[in-house]
Amino acid sequence: MDFKVTKKENIFTLTLIVIGVLFTAIGIATHAGDDNFITRFLANSLINSLFFFGIGLGALFFLALQYATETGWYVAVKRVMEALTGYVPYGIAFLVLVFIALTITDGAHIYTWMDPEVVAHDSIIQMKSSYLNKGFFWIRTIVYLGIYFWYWRGFRKRSLQEDIEGGTEIHFKNYKKGAVFLVFFAVFSSTSSWDWIMSIDVHWFSTLFGWYTFAGIWCSSMTVLVMLTVYLKKQGYLPKVNDHHIHDIGKWTFATSFLWSYLWFSQYMLIWYANMGEEVIYYEMRIENFQFLYFGMFIVNFAFPMLLLMSREAKRHAGTLTVIGIIILLGHWMDVYVMVSGGSMGATASIGMLEIGMLALMAGIFIRIILNNLTKAPLSVVNHPYLDESIHHEI
Amino acid sequence: MADRVIYAMYDDDEILKDGAKKLVAKGVKVEEVFSPFPIHGIDPIIGVEQTRLGIFAFIYGLIGLTLATTGMWFMMIIDWPMNIGGKPSFSYMENMLSFVPISFEFTVLCAAHGMAITYLIANRTLPGMKAQNPDPRTTDDKFVMEFRTSQNKQFTADELEAMVKSTGIVELEQKDI
Repeated sequence: MDFKVTKKENIFTLTLIVIGVLFTAIGIATHAGDDNFITRFLANSLINSLFFFGIGLGALFFLALQYATETGWYVAVKRVMEALTGYVPYGIAFLVLVFIALTITDGAHIYTWMDPEVVAHDSIIQMKSSYLNKGFFWIRTIVYLGIYFWYWRGFRKRSLQEDIEGGTEIHFKNYKKGAVFLVFFAVFSSTSSWDWIMSIDVHWFSTLFGWYTFAGIWCSSMTVLVMLTVYLKKQGYLPKVNDHHIHDIGKWTFATSFLWSYLWFSQYMLIWYANMGEEVIYYEMRIENFQFLYFGMFIVNFAFPMLLLMSREAKRHAGTLTVIGIIILLGHWMDVYVMVSGGSMGATASIGMLEIGMLALMAGIFIRIILNNLTKAPLSVVNHPYLDESIHHEI
Repeated sequence: MADRVIYAMYDDDEILKDGAKKLVAKGVKVEEVFSPFPIHGIDPIIGVEQTRLGIFAFIYGLIGLTLATTGMWFMMIIDWPMNIGGKPSFSYMENMLSFVPISFEFTVLCAAHGMAITYLIANRTLPGMKAQNPDPRTTDDKFVMEFRTSQNKQFTADELEAMVKSTGIVELEQKDI
């Protein structure tokens, strides 16, 4: 069955976008005179670009994982997953725009290592300059994004081709490509999070940071996937998806929440225990300026999914999943917010009209793109070799 | 009234499943199925209740968490105050982070062991317990379905036997208890 964007959905996304534009305009008007306005504006752009790109990228990773492990259960929700990965090219465009703006403004106090004046007086950054400089940063960024885009295009093309041709040739090709993508992703998810996020706190470093960021995007994309699936199921699409599929994706949301919490705790505990000045500064600054957000989001992202998604019934109930999903997503947005704002604005950061507006604006654009992606292909694949297994999926 | 148990033996799990479906459709109550391995999809057919093992796991986990917390609090803070990681604050809350791994491990330990023991008790398969299955071959390659006349009062024993026999059994055994 083909998906059609209803009038209600159109109005919903348009409202989000209009509210977003309105709030952003008010925010710009009231804060345009501030000293840190450019930093604040670009930091917000970076937060939202990274957050929503992460959802698309997490779905791409998850799809590649299914290909590489040749699983059968996911086939019924494959097109929903692909609709999420369809955000990848748009996400790349937004990210590149933000990076261009940041490069032009010499980092805008976000990437301080881009500012030659700061680097001249900072011996620690000077020692990192062979890695953290504009030229190499762009080479790496283009390689990451280029490879993500290339694989996304291939997966999408072959998926549509499979609908027409059938057979197992495409399946085995996806298997190989998925495995190779995972190798790239394993390295790039770590290094890109160092380049794009960890370099904001340029003096600080954590070997766990890549995993921590990766767990965050994985959890966000699983949450969006389960919310989108139950929504479409409720609308009467996806007749092949049964409770067991939803239960399984619900479990992924639950499990990745734990993965994220585990890594949050591991990073925090090791640094707290070792108590070394150059490491604890990251947390000291966040506890001083973002205490509520920093510990609040840990509770939101750990305790809520743990207690509310623990039972079997909750993982199958559309209402519970949607409510928890929205809470988890907000929690992970706060995570990215604290990661970026902490290092760039520190004490001067605050959540106001600008932050809410830009989040609403990007959320509206994101949902619009996802819904539009859903219309581009039939919602059920027809020739996947494991389709029958997926229809009879039972746990 | 005397209760009669009928044991119907099958040599294939699919035949047993089809037979159970047919009998349940006629209104027969299946008391139990004995099988060397879990038969996928048999639970909803013979109406096995959803397991409550998960709730027990949660309770055991909570017990473990409480035990670990009180234990560490008493040992490390009250009874013999320890300098933890060069931070001699002697407060449980301020050193919470270093207690988390042990709390977690102990929670998992209690939940896992509690669950395993509960499972063995519920199935009456603790070491030393008398075997429940009617025929040792159900641990090898045979499948047995058990009926009780006391649960199927709408049929006479002969009717029940005739119905069971029509489902492709390989052996039938009856016992008065």
